[in-house]
Amino acid sequence: MTRNISRRSMLKGTAAVGAAGALPLMPFAAQAAGEILVGGLHDLSGFIDFAGIPMNQIMLMAIEEINAGGGLLGKKVKGIVYDPQTNMSLYSQYATQLALKDKASVVMGGITSASRETIRPILHRYKTLYFYNTLYEGGVCDRNEISLGTTPAQTVEKLVPYTMGLWGKKVYTIAADYNYGQITAAWVKRYVEQNGGEVVATDFFPLDVTNFGSTISKIQSAKPDMVMSVLVGTGHLGFYNQWAAAGMKKEIPIASTTFGAAGAELEILKPEVANGIITSYGYYPSIDSPANNEWVAKVNKRYPEKTPLLSELSAFTWEGMMIWADAVRTAGSLDRMKLIEVMESGKTYTMPSGECSIDPKTHHAIRDVYIADLKDKTYIIKKKFSQVQPADTQLVCDLEKNPNSNKHYEISLK
Amino acid sequence: MDYSLVVAIELLREVAGLILIATGLAIVFGMMRVINIAHGEFIMLGGYTVVLTTKQGVNIWIAILILAPLVVGIFGVVVERLIIRHLYGRIIDSLLATWGLSLFLIGFITVVFGNTVEGVTTPFAAVAIGQYRVSIYTLFLIFAAMAVIASVYLTLRHTKAGLIARATMQNPDMVETLGINSKLVYMATFGVGAAFAGLAGGLLAPISGVVPSMGALLIGKAFITVVTGGTAVVAGTLAASSILGSISQSVTFMFGPVFGDATLLFVALILLRLLPQGITGRIFTRSV
Repeated sequence: MTRNISRRSMLKGTAAVGAAGALPLMPFAAQAAGEILVGGLHDLSGFIDFAGIPMNQIMLMAIEEINAGGGLLGKKVKGIVYDPQTNMSLYSQYATQLALKDKASVVMGGITSASRETIRPILHRYKTLYFYNTLYEGGVCDRNEISLGTTPAQTVEKLVPYTMGLWGKKVYTIAADYNYGQITAAWVKRYVEQNGGEVVATDFFPLDVTNFGSTISKIQSAKPDMVMSVLVGTGHLGFYNQWAAAGMKKEIPIASTTFGAAGAELEILKPEVANGIITSYGYYPSIDSPANNEWVAKVNKRYPEKTPLLSELSAFTWEGMMIWADAVRTAGSLDRMKLIEVMESGKTYTMPSGECSIDPKTHHAIRDVYIADLKDKTYIIKKKFSQVQPADTQLVCDLEKNPNSNKHYEISLK
Repeated sequence: MDYSLVVAIELLREVAGLILIATGLAIVFGMMRVINIAHGEFIMLGGYTVVLTTKQGVNIWIAILILAPLVVGIFGVVVERLIIRHLYGRIIDSLLATWGLSLFLIGFITVVFGNTVEGVTTPFAAVAIGQYRVSIYTLFLIFAAMAVIASVYLTLRHTKAGLIARATMQNPDMVETLGINSKLVYMATFGVGAAFAGLAGGLLAPISGVVPSMGALLIGKAFITVVTGGTAVVAGTLAASSILGSISQSVTFMFGPVFGDATLLFVALILLRLLPQGITGRIFTRSV
């Protein structure tokens, strides 16, 4: 091996690296004529890969389905998938690349609110239509984004009175210590109080906390009628194991707006730990409707092995693709503003999750919301609420008045 | 009354947790002066051993108490032969090498088993204390930590192997002249330290589950405990775990886990300012 690195060769080398690094930012068209490109930005590795991998699988399935139906505008649709690795700088790099280099017609993805707030302003600036298909804390006000996931006003508002009616009025909230957990916990408090109950305490936990012994003792001493869990991520799963190990499952029931959100909890936790936790989401795989039964069968047929976990996140990714494809067909164009106008027209879509439409004021979905009990890895749907409005985001956002809004409002309840 | 008992059990559990994760490191770092940054990953391997073997139908107690320390102990011996033995007396180099090992192990386990949490059900049911319920496994952890400390103490103090190990760490040349192969002693001591890390991982797996990156959360606390404790393996680990664990857990009860962890660091800072050689550098100096 030669160790002669001259100044000149060094300079050449670094210049080449620099040029290669700048390449993705240069706007040149890589788009083959006759193909419509759909960008996918889901975490395929990293600590939420269990959520990102199914979303990506379902997005690719939707693309195949659209192509099998003849494509769009006489062209094939092609997916461009990047793995941002739960890394925000990769998120911003790939979002820029999708908008400027690949010239994607639409981008699906972003899972955590942090990743969404990384790519949303980029896609807004470069006028690339963006679908965010994950449940989150509400408050995004951006005409370029369609938010299909449920927000606290849709799920917490239903879950709190339902579980209080079952179990009682004293609620103990445990929540993840970041914006989603803080905001959702505030919504829990508001809805508990509106329903004549009381939140006896709210504890927040950083995402890396795995030991909940002291909390479990504190909950026992507070003697609530129920625990509302807004815990997030794999570290927090320890709570449910430790709760069951302390024999608390028979004593105090748990409701949650996060448990099983991406489905992985059901794979990891034993049924005796997970049974009886009541949740509320916009989609459950056990919804018994023709549209959903057909869709679940389709997923199982497409992925006989490595079948993706079906949850709100993956189901809404498919819905996002279908709503976008419908808009392209209706508008007869890929022009972003024309597509947005079609989707804002208040059209109702029949989807696996039920009936859904886009609220023109907030670009959030008005959709059916369900409450389900968990028994042996199966969700038993207890109640359905039709056409629930994203009332939280509606408090702060009106895109009809301010079409140029480009902001994520932190909805303050204090 | 019942509540204070429950709180006391939780304090003891936190102390026990620190003892378990720190004992192996105290042997490797405190006695052998090898900075093993991969100690957290040794713990992780112990956890994975338990999860994978119980999935294959192995009895959970055999998995935790025998297989986890055995597998990680053997792995430790291999690591000692391949890497550590070249680096005795070179603290910074051992730090870098084991850091690399740590990154490798995280990456390797992630590739093989995926970056997701795996769990085993917590054995034992719960026990009622007045109107409170406590997992019996919590009590078992406290008992296990006491057993670990007692076994290390008895071995070092009252067995020939312990005497040889201590002598080798103090003066390997002298031990060699007495006809003992000091290289073997180093290898065995490192293996024992690794085995205790494996045992800790096995014992913690049913509580928090295992994930490839779990070592990173434990390594900091383990080092702080060992450094605060000083060079004496038993007295140092016991004293530092008791002080740090009970104070941080009390604060956790009052103000939540963020403040608990912050207090642990703060107390360690103060202790090291007052006792730069660790607790056993000034007090209990003649203990093991």
